[in-house]
Amino acid sequence: MTTAIHDIGYRHYDGPRHGRAFIVRSLYLYNLRAVFGLGRGAKAKIIPVFLFVCLLLPAAVDVAILAFIKEPKLLMNYSMYPLWVQPLIAIFLATQAPVIASREIRFKTVPLYFSRPVRTLDFVLAKFLAFVTALFALIAIPLTLLHLGFLLTRSGMVKNVREAGPLAELGKVPSVVHQSGLYLAALAGCLLFALVLASFALVIAAYTPRRGFGVAAVIAVYLISNVVVAIIQGVAISSGNWDLAKWMNLFTPFPLVDGVQTGLLHADVGSRGETVGPRTAGGGLLFLAANVAVVAGSLSVLLARFRKAGQ
Amino acid sequence: MPIIATRDLSMRFPRVTALESLSFTVEPGVTGLVGANGAGKSTLIKILLGLLPPSGGQAQVLGLDIAAQGSQIRERVGFMPEYDTLPPDVSATEFVVHMARMSGLPATAARERAADVLRHVGLYEERYRPIGGYSTGMKQKVKLAQALVHDPQLVFLDEPTNGLDPNGRDEMLGLIRRIGAEFGISVLVTSHLLGELERVCDHVVIIDGGKLLRSQAVEAFTQTSGQLLVEVEDRSDDLGRLLFDRGVAVRPEGRFLMIDIADEKTYDQIRDGVVELGLALIRMEQARHHIEEVFQQ
Repeated sequence: MTTAIHDIGYRHYDGPRHGRAFIVRSLYLYNLRAVFGLGRGAKAKIIPVFLFVCLLLPAAVDVAILAFIKEPKLLMNYSMYPLWVQPLIAIFLATQAPVIASREIRFKTVPLYFSRPVRTLDFVLAKFLAFVTALFALIAIPLTLLHLGFLLTRSGMVKNVREAGPLAELGKVPSVVHQSGLYLAALAGCLLFALVLASFALVIAAYTPRRGFGVAAVIAVYLISNVVVAIIQGVAISSGNWDLAKWMNLFTPFPLVDGVQTGLLHADVGSRGETVGPRTAGGGLLFLAANVAVVAGSLSVLLARFRKAGQ
Repeated sequence: MPIIATRDLSMRFPRVTALESLSFTVEPGVTGLVGANGAGKSTLIKILLGLLPPSGGQAQVLGLDIAAQGSQIRERVGFMPEYDTLPPDVSATEFVVHMARMSGLPATAARERAADVLRHVGLYEERYRPIGGYSTGMKQKVKLAQALVHDPQLVFLDEPTNGLDPNGRDEMLGLIRRIGAEFGISVLVTSHLLGELERVCDHVVIIDGGKLLRSQAVEAFTQTSGQLLVEVEDRSDDLGRLLFDRGVAVRPEGRFLMIDIADEKTYDQIRDGVVELGLALIRMEQARHHIEEVFQQ
């Protein structure tokens, strides 16, 4: 019987069949590639690559200026980098979250996964982690460039300060250890940004299967939450209610994460202004709890959403 | 060993009963699952894949229990849904390779199997183009390819001929026959068109309103009816009258004559009649029943 089949051309597969770990890893890489449009047409690559370059640009320019002017005060506040570039990150969230969260719901591809040995939880986690990885890379790579720039130009800054003024001024050039500590804290902040922003964007995108609506919905939630929070904070501050202004940061994505940076990660307040979030460990922990709740809640919503889409 | 066995399988949704104590077995080979739209065919497939827990009853697929061993079942079966299920922005190759990996095939094997199976379903150069530009027939082939790429022991094909033109339909039915006969993969194929399944299936399960109407071999449906179908080039009326006058039970049916076979002599009488009238005999064959008649009864 088997010889007959071979004669005709169909070959049975009797090689290895990998298990859960392999499938999850493949799914993770497939989604990670999809975020950046790899394996798709050129059109799918334009937006993510353009945004990545845009995010890298301020850091690259800062390093270049630092190399010329050698002034320590030109060093960027690492923990604020995600806040400065947040409109760009928001656009990335809006355009790329639908690629991960709604594409396969819209084209009804999900049942093809669940009719295979793919578990719902694995499917959702692989998607989530792929998007978190993409976001983390998007924010952390420019930050790393900034820090590398500091390490390379530090000796120049020291020389510059020594030539220009009294030795006491040398204290203005941060030590490698100090600045590296800030860098690591900012990286932890990046990871939290990636986790929370991915949760927020993926849930919205998963419920707006039409891609255009998905993009609009993510941007709308981002903008509206910012505007509403800013208005309430403005009113609160003008009436002297500083506490309310601080706690309002819980209700919009970027300040929600930033509260952990200022409260727990000892981020330099810098130019954050009067609406800065908590400055104490207690407040920071509360913000961290809110972050964890957002991530956990989003994951369970995504799980339910994809389970339904897979039937 | 039966590849599918159900016992008292029921599925009740809040407002409809999709399946009602369905019990049947399916042996290896090509089996048709027939029923009108909404008869519960797709629901049954979802239950057999272990994706939807039934409200009651039990079922085994490839000897594995749907409730306890769903994951093992899904490693061994393929599924082609009836609806459009393909992302338009990737090529057929890229998509089928990805689906092979989702069944646990290593990268190289996934690529080889995808190339093989796309060739078997009849997709060649176009497999490198994005699926969005494909015709319905080509999309159906990609859906079939992804169901076969991991070399399953059994495939569930849900309405594979839906939306196809007559040529595409013939090609798809030919493929289904080959999957069962040449590839050695058992097939459970659904359709609301009985005539189609009669051509490719060994066995047919008919459900109506979620209940089992019939489960039997196609041969049993289409066994000889004890009648002869006779076609002559012209003047079949004259032949009919002549035979009737000689005591043969005959009735016209369109261009044909249906003649009850009384005994061996009937054949001779027909032959003699044709010769006497100088007619051209085109065919004389055993008339067979059609599955459709089950519904007409």
